[in-house]
Amino acid sequence: MNTGEKTSIPNEVVAPQVEARAATNTILLCAGGACISSGEESCLTSLRATLEKYALQDVVKVVETGCMGMCDAGPLMILYPEGVFYQKLKPSDMELIVSEHLLKGRIVESKLFENPNTKVKITSAYDDHPFFTKQVKIATRNMGIIDPMSIEEYIAHDGYFSLQKVLQEMTPEQVIDTIKRSGLRGRGGAGFPTGLKWELARKVPGNEKYVLCNADEGDPGAFMDRSILEGDPHSVLEAMVIAGYAIGAQKGYIYIRAEYPLAIERLNEGIKQAKAYGLFGENIMGSGFSFDLEIRMGAGAFVCGEETALIESVEGKRGQPRVKPPFPAQKGVWNKPTLNNNVETYANIPTIILKGPEWFASIGTEKSKGTKVFCLAGKIKNTGLVEVPIGITLREIVYDIGGGIPNNKAFKAVQTGGPSGGCIPAQYLDMPIDYESLKTIGTMMGSGGMVFMDEDTCMVDVAKFFLEFSVDESCGKCTPCREGNRVMHEILERITSGEGEEGDIEKLETLGQSIIDSSLCGLGQSSPQPVLSTIRYFRDEYEAHIKEKRCPAKVCRPLIRYQIDESKCVGCTACAKVCPVSAISGEIKKPHTIDPEICTRCGSCIGVCRFGAISRVTPA
Amino acid sequence: MVVDQTLEKVKDIIEAVKKEQSLEEGDILINCLHKVQDVYQNFVPSEAAEIVAESLNVPLSKVYEVLTFYTMFSTKTRGTFIIRVCNSLPCHVTGGAKIIETLFEELKVGFGGTTEDGLFTLEKTGCLGLCGVGPVIMINDQFYGNLTPERVVEIIAGYRKKGRAGT
Amino acid sequence: MAKVKSLEELMKIKEKSLKDLQMRDTEKKGKIVVAMGTCGIAAGAKDTLQAIVSELAENKIDDLSVVQSGCMGLCEVEPTVEVHMEGQSPIIYGHVTPEQAKRIVQQHILGGKVVSDLMVRKGEI
Repeated sequence: MNTGEKTSIPNEVVAPQVEARAATNTILLCAGGACISSGEESCLTSLRATLEKYALQDVVKVVETGCMGMCDAGPLMILYPEGVFYQKLKPSDMELIVSEHLLKGRIVESKLFENPNTKVKITSAYDDHPFFTKQVKIATRNMGIIDPMSIEEYIAHDGYFSLQKVLQEMTPEQVIDTIKRSGLRGRGGAGFPTGLKWELARKVPGNEKYVLCNADEGDPGAFMDRSILEGDPHSVLEAMVIAGYAIGAQKGYIYIRAEYPLAIERLNEGIKQAKAYGLFGENIMGSGFSFDLEIRMGAGAFVCGEETALIESVEGKRGQPRVKPPFPAQKGVWNKPTLNNNVETYANIPTIILKGPEWFASIGTEKSKGTKVFCLAGKIKNTGLVEVPIGITLREIVYDIGGGIPNNKAFKAVQTGGPSGGCIPAQYLDMPIDYESLKTIGTMMGSGGMVFMDEDTCMVDVAKFFLEFSVDESCGKCTPCREGNRVMHEILERITSGEGEEGDIEKLETLGQSIIDSSLCGLGQSSPQPVLSTIRYFRDEYEAHIKEKRCPAKVCRPLIRYQIDESKCVGCTACAKVCPVSAISGEIKKPHTIDPEICTRCGSCIGVCRFGAISRVTPA
Repeated sequence: MVVDQTLEKVKDIIEAVKKEQSLEEGDILINCLHKVQDVYQNFVPSEAAEIVAESLNVPLSKVYEVLTFYTMFSTKTRGTFIIRVCNSLPCHVTGGAKIIETLFEELKVGFGGTTEDGLFTLEKTGCLGLCGVGPVIMINDQFYGNLTPERVVEIIAGYRKKGRAGT
Repeated sequence: MAKVKSLEELMKIKEKSLKDLQMRDTEKKGKIVVAMGTCGIAAGAKDTLQAIVSELAENKIDDLSVVQSGCMGLCEVEPTVEVHMEGQSPIIYGHVTPEQAKRIVQQHILGGKVVSDLMVRKGEI
């Protein structure tokens, strides 16, 4: 069977007369206000006529769209599926576009859209989609591109070339110097300079040292470490061997959550393959250097992401933090000098070695070099994983890469740094995202999780949510964290149920500060941050809850009530049918009413009303 | 008799883990407990804990320290299927509360509860790292994302069928 | 397997697998990549992969390789599938349910027409 013929696309097939030669089957014409005013309608008429002339009216669909947002260049047109973008159209251009592009499959260069900033002509709308173009991929360079179960594909993308260079051409000091000069900082949260960390670990005397990889990713909203390990396990393995060579360690551990079974599987397979090629284990690449590592699983304890708790857990104990100093570089696993970095940090190392520290340092800002992987989650159009140069503005992340907030809602805030971080409100949209800038506004880079919130999100509810997390996950060692967070949670519980009292906000602030001052580990010290940061930027929302018993976002159930607008209700009974507690009554075709005493505020009715007659009101 | 056989199995598991992971000996407790728990269907009974303590040469108190600290371990019997619901903010803002309500209704148990037929135990978990496809649940080692209440009902029904066929 | 001891040996592996990747000197006419990170699997990628494999078998297509990769970062549109036919730019599809996967095989692989309503991106990611 000749499947080769079957699989060719129409561009290469001589098309019957009625069929267009290019693959185009849809033409989008921008019918935004600006394009209409610059002549879109006459272009549309002309386009339709031209299509008819060539008998293409049934093959090509013409769609008028809303504003494409590049009004200067209007009227605009996109041809799908190729995604070719034409600008500044006149009715007379239609003949050219149909006869050249559609029939002959040739792009009409003179009408191509030009990026106003770069002056580069864009052939495809997709190629220039900011979700892709604003990204610079270093740590995630192979993700989604290679087969993670194939070491050969990793090698095909320059994998293990850095290891070869390190083992056969560089001294450990040169490796450390390279990392130092690159300006790479820890991607797990605090941003400690990686090169310095390596140097400290090298300088501690001792023959037995450990290289540790923190893959206990637990921050809500962060999943880059899982994705890297699942998509490109060798990048981390290669980096850990390099780290072992640099600090003088022959053993290592990857500590990973038990919730990531696929990542564990792929790492184990990766180790096996690398050993088979002699790139891991005994006498690597014939250099005389040996390095082996094992995987240690967590068992569902967030606190193990803290480095000293992680070390305890690696040793098979309860994951409770140790007192620092001594730091892990001096006394880590089995009280031996230990180097600990997170997954994303390691994933950067091979590229830095290969392309040089100067190249890496040319990306990012003065104090924060390179890129950072962010996970976009919550109320954002393009949820997903992106890698961008550090110093990019929040606005670019939200509106260009993230595609904005869904359903035309307004951006309210973004939570960064998970339960240890804080929120960034709309007034800082133009602030660059780097370690220092985030600190000045009361949050932190953290592991890179970004949870977006829109106008329908209640900030007090969000703070309560994070605190609940900290209460659940506190290891229990220090009283301020164990008990203090519980009390803060109780206060928030009161506020959101309408029983807040004057002075509650101040209580939260004092209590939060003392937890920060008196907890042992980083997690305890940062656990009140979400509350303090929401108070800082959304104090009015707290006050509304306490003083007016009102939830401005209409989220906190005890503070809202559902009501039916009689003028809009047609009595279709859809809401009454869906109500799980039969709180809605009324005759058919007559306005219905909701009994607030019975109503549980589940919101099912709002979803089914096709007339927009049901709304939430606050105070209840 | 069945119990004795399983106890033998526990010893074998520990030996296998010891052989597989040869770097250090004292640190394989957590990995062993994971494997033991798999054998006993999601919990570690006291007799198994004793064997673990004996074979690894650690005090029994230490085994229990670890068992009670980590949320994924249990010393009490649990259902055949453990449903872990992601309880983090990204899943919360994308409709996680509705999923939790549906699970409560479907299973008629709260968090920490096991259904009467012994099939399901409902637990909450921290972020599962699948925020892009939230809300998410994990049933044993399978993940389900982009959930709606309808889909949850469907999934549970599937497991019910599987569970009943198995018993 | 021979142990790698030098740059030259590493280069050899690279060149060989690059050739395989670009489908040069092979029998394959193209490849279908399914993103199989946990996120993709949670969104149903296993069923999608299954559907692709069985649809290809049903149509007796054996000159395409079906491979898995990690997460492409496009969680919003999981499950994602990339169709890369020899000599053409790869096309990435999103929201590929088993039914849509069959459509992709029918329309794109057999019919040679890009399934435009599922297309997320053309070109390398």
